[in-house]
Amino acid sequence: MSGAVHPLTSVLAGLARLISGVQVRWLDCRPEHHQRLYFANHTSHLDTVVLWAALPPEVRALTRPVAAKEYWEKSALRRYVSTRLFHAVLVERAPDAGGMHLAAARDAVKEMLEAMGERYSLIIFPEGTRGSGEALAPFKSGLFYLASARQGLELVPVYLQNLNRILPKGEILPVPLLSTVTFGPPLRLEAGESKKAFLGRAEQALVRLRSA
Amino acid sequence: MKAALDKQLWWTLGGVFGVLLLATVIGQVLKWRARTPGAREAAGNLNARVRAWWVMSAIFLLMVFSGFAWTLVLFGLLSLLALREYLTLVATRRADHRTLFWSFFIITPLQYVLLAYRWYGMFAILIPVFGFLFIPTRIVLAGDTEHFLERAAKIQWGLMICTYCLSHAPALLILKIPGYEGHNAQLLLYLVLVVQFSDVLQYVWGRLAGKRRIAPAISPNKTWEGFLGGIASATLVGTLLWPITPFRPWQSVAMSLVVTLMGFAGGLTMSAIKRDRGVKDYGTLIEGHGGVLDRIDSLCFAAPVFFHLTRYYFA
Repeated sequence: MSGAVHPLTSVLAGLARLISGVQVRWLDCRPEHHQRLYFANHTSHLDTVVLWAALPPEVRALTRPVAAKEYWEKSALRRYVSTRLFHAVLVERAPDAGGMHLAAARDAVKEMLEAMGERYSLIIFPEGTRGSGEALAPFKSGLFYLASARQGLELVPVYLQNLNRILPKGEILPVPLLSTVTFGPPLRLEAGESKKAFLGRAEQALVRLRSA
Repeated sequence: MKAALDKQLWWTLGGVFGVLLLATVIGQVLKWRARTPGAREAAGNLNARVRAWWVMSAIFLLMVFSGFAWTLVLFGLLSLLALREYLTLVATRRADHRTLFWSFFIITPLQYVLLAYRWYGMFAILIPVFGFLFIPTRIVLAGDTEHFLERAAKIQWGLMICTYCLSHAPALLILKIPGYEGHNAQLLLYLVLVVQFSDVLQYVWGRLAGKRRIAPAISPNKTWEGFLGGIASATLVGTLLWPITPFRPWQSVAMSLVVTLMGFAGGLTMSAIKRDRGVKDYGTLIEGHGGVLDRIDSLCFAAPVFFHLTRYYFA
């Protein structure tokens, strides 16, 4: 896979910004070209494309969303859109990392690390699935394993607001309300920090952005 | 008559250009003379507002003088943008999604299509009658009864203000006023100029002489000095614009007074919603001004009243 940007991506990004009326805020954080992990709350099918469209074009070209393989490989069109337009990383969705499916989760993390290489940043949704928009679901462990595998990696919390009202779960047609994408100050895994403490800190970082 | 009207129109447009130029010069002088951070910020805000005025004036004049269809496109888009800001701010529920879709993509465009066909009877009742009955019905079909009446009322109210009321501004173009045929666009220009001058002049008077607040709980910037000075001077501007209208001078005094008072009511009412929701502006689309609805709130209130007064007495 070459890193060439598909000519339709800027059209797609423009369309996403138009439908979502997105206002982009960077709080104690600036767009950077170096490798990062953007993690966000997940409430709508629009989340990935709007977050991705909120990044400046040159950062966007270096950023790959992580998406569920079972959904995006269902048809030729989906495969084309996800891999060619978004340059997405398709992984098996880990049903739960509570011990039983730990192996599957490890595999997904390995694929993500390979996809990052030395060049790309990733967008992930650590809740694993779309929620109602009211409360955050507990984060899955992938975020922690990624952070442990890459010491010093910046994890940028991104709070997506109102996208669940624009295109809620189960609807096909969007309603053009206005949304906000807020990038917050990056986190790093501290030396010796436990999985539970780290995931709790990451969740709190997102909750703080909601009211910031 | 027609040649005279055209000549007056050029004077009016020249006047608008002159005012914008004057505001630009004043803004640059204030920026140049600003010494304190506070003064610099105030000058920066003024210059942002003036820049936005240039853009808004250019878009408005270009669309209105491109003809009826383009005027409808402009106001239809303004309705959608205003509705978008309004509905983003008021709480709706998951079950309202389809009703909101109807409001944006069926009801609002249909209101302007009815104008395009000059079907006044249906234009006048689409939202207050059919929309009024359709919206609660569509919500009840979605099966969620929590805050039912509140949700139906909020959506209906948004459609009334952002779509129904605003559409009365371009509806001036379908009035048949004897002796004024082919010049209705100037009546729309008159309405928009008086409303917007009233907003600006109230702001300027308030900044220069404002002391006694009218409604501190709603809008800290609205003062009696700003209100009286702004209404009086905007009415004077409206009166001086009588040559581009079908009105006599004294009628133009009355019309512009009504328009400015309605504009004030609109600004105050739409501010009350913002205060209730705890925000300063409806949006961020227009630099220095806030959202589209922050700019056209006064027009939404003035347009239907001006339309019906004109229709009753002159058409």
